[in-house]
Amino acid sequence: MQIAHIKQEINITDALMARINELLSHYPADKKKSALLPVLHEVQDAHDNWLSIELQDKVAEILEIKPVEVYEVVTFYTMFNQKPIGKYMFEFCRTSCCAIRGAEDLMDYTCQKLGIKEGETTPDGMFTVVGVECLGACGYAPMLQIGDYYKEHLTKEKMDALIEECKAGKIDLHKQDHYTE
Amino acid sequence: MGRKILLEHANVPGIKTYEVYRKMGGYTSVEKAIKSMTPDEVVEEVKTSGLRGRGGAGFPTGLKWSFIDKKSGNPRHLVCNADESEPGTFKDRYLMEYIPHLLIEGMITSSYALGANLSYIYIRGEYMWVYRILENAIKEAYAAGWLGKNILGSGFDLDLYVHCGAGAYICGEETALIESLEGKRGNPRIKPPFPAVKGLWQEPTVVNNVESIAAVPWIVNNSGEEYAKIGVGRSTGTKLISASGHIKNPGVYEIDLGLSVDEFMNSDEYLGGMMDDRPLKALVPGGSSVPILPAHLIYKNAEGGDRLMTYESLSEGGFATGSMLGSGGFIVYNDTACIVRNTWNFSRFYHHESCGQCSPCREGTGWLEGVLHRIETGHGREEDIDLLWDIQSKIEGNTICPLGDAAAWPVAAAIRHFRDEFEYHIRFPERIKNRDHFVAEPFEKVKHLVAKQEI
Repeated sequence: MQIAHIKQEINITDALMARINELLSHYPADKKKSALLPVLHEVQDAHDNWLSIELQDKVAEILEIKPVEVYEVVTFYTMFNQKPIGKYMFEFCRTSCCAIRGAEDLMDYTCQKLGIKEGETTPDGMFTVVGVECLGACGYAPMLQIGDYYKEHLTKEKMDALIEECKAGKIDLHKQDHYTE
Repeated sequence: MGRKILLEHANVPGIKTYEVYRKMGGYTSVEKAIKSMTPDEVVEEVKTSGLRGRGGAGFPTGLKWSFIDKKSGNPRHLVCNADESEPGTFKDRYLMEYIPHLLIEGMITSSYALGANLSYIYIRGEYMWVYRILENAIKEAYAAGWLGKNILGSGFDLDLYVHCGAGAYICGEETALIESLEGKRGNPRIKPPFPAVKGLWQEPTVVNNVESIAAVPWIVNNSGEEYAKIGVGRSTGTKLISASGHIKNPGVYEIDLGLSVDEFMNSDEYLGGMMDDRPLKALVPGGSSVPILPAHLIYKNAEGGDRLMTYESLSEGGFATGSMLGSGGFIVYNDTACIVRNTWNFSRFYHHESCGQCSPCREGTGWLEGVLHRIETGHGREEDIDLLWDIQSKIEGNTICPLGDAAAWPVAAAIRHFRDEFEYHIRFPERIKNRDHFVAEPFEKVKHLVAKQEI
């Protein structure tokens, strides 16, 4: 798949580098490559949720591996985005258990409401809707993933409310303090 | 009320935190194992318990442990498989989200048994908030001296970390999981060598499911013999079942193995019967990969005996009239569910998740999806059912890992038990077009229409 070249500003902040070093400490010193997936997650989160080729090269440089070793991983795993996506990405689970409880209808409803098709992003760059495979929330269907979180037992009304919350900037995609919730 | 081993304290307020977990008797298995047992004695205890791998294959955990290469002197690893991605399964997530320290405790005790000094929990990337919960729990365990150097003054060192995947079902297969943990694509390895000899970084490794590891503390505390008293025959202990679909109370349940399917389905303690009291049409008892059962084979097996929630009873009759307990992903369908659409849905899943390494799976899953899609959308051909059968039989057994089998079995079982529904789709495409998602014609009617025609 040819991806049109879109420039991405690369900014490996001190905080991000500290986190990367913490992750690297989880593996033997000569096994830096093992940290690739967790590091890619952190880097992607800090860069508008996508990874340009340049950014992947940067990760290769940090982990002291060949760029192609990063490319092959980024293209294999579905959670890594190779092009810009909306600020809020609704990932609807559409596998059997969710589908029989109305996931497909809810996804159609959301697409219609936002005026886009599955896989597309709204022109203002706010929302992306994608159908994904089983997210492990089968008993709480229909559901979607947004950022690090799941929204479960959804209805059209809840979907409307969620869209409004996103528009009002009330959704924190990577909240860290849920340990004692 | 059924007995609770894993979820006993799940509802205690604050059980996520170390203090409360410890107050409720947490980490005693680590004390007991390290202070009064040799590693081999722990392995023996788990063998005696009859605990079987809870990830789906049901291989005895103690036996798997005994295969680990302790002779070579290479560093050993325990890796917990928390890449729960089997459609219908969400039990491990519940366990880790609500009682994270139970898994950490199990990891320490099990690592001690295996002589592993560097262990990992591999969690699927979508469970990012659970990843952070586990990270915090591990931090607390380090602070309290249960992890790190010289645990309890015994000389046993253990470092434990949580590692996240990034959205690939295939990484639930143990060798693919190891590849992924090494920072590569999740391509399963050819066995042998088995991970117990050459696993993570070519070092001896055991990969166990979350639920299997979480059962170890109880076994060490109460003895394997006590654990083996629960259950029926070779299905010992308790099992977490994640129930979803058209039922009144979906969710995660801990059951004694040996409970009847009827009681599990219909008692108020468990699933509470069918949603909206509609008729039961089909059941997938162990996650999307296992064969689907039609209504008449759910409560009773083909011989008329009661169907129980055990590895053996659910597979009675083989694939002709049985299924498998698998990972315990219990998916219930009522009469509005269209089996053709559901089978297409599963096939799309396997096509999407195939790693692409073996041709039969890479190409075959695509063919299954394509042919099923054409039947479902009203463009099916008379020969398509035989074609599906042919494709699935050529995938099964011809791939490096079991994903090929997992893609083939649901299609084979759907055709075996619901062939008339496929035929109906092919013969009356006008009637199935433009209908609501998943809503089929009432099943009796379908049967009647097909029965009149010679096949």
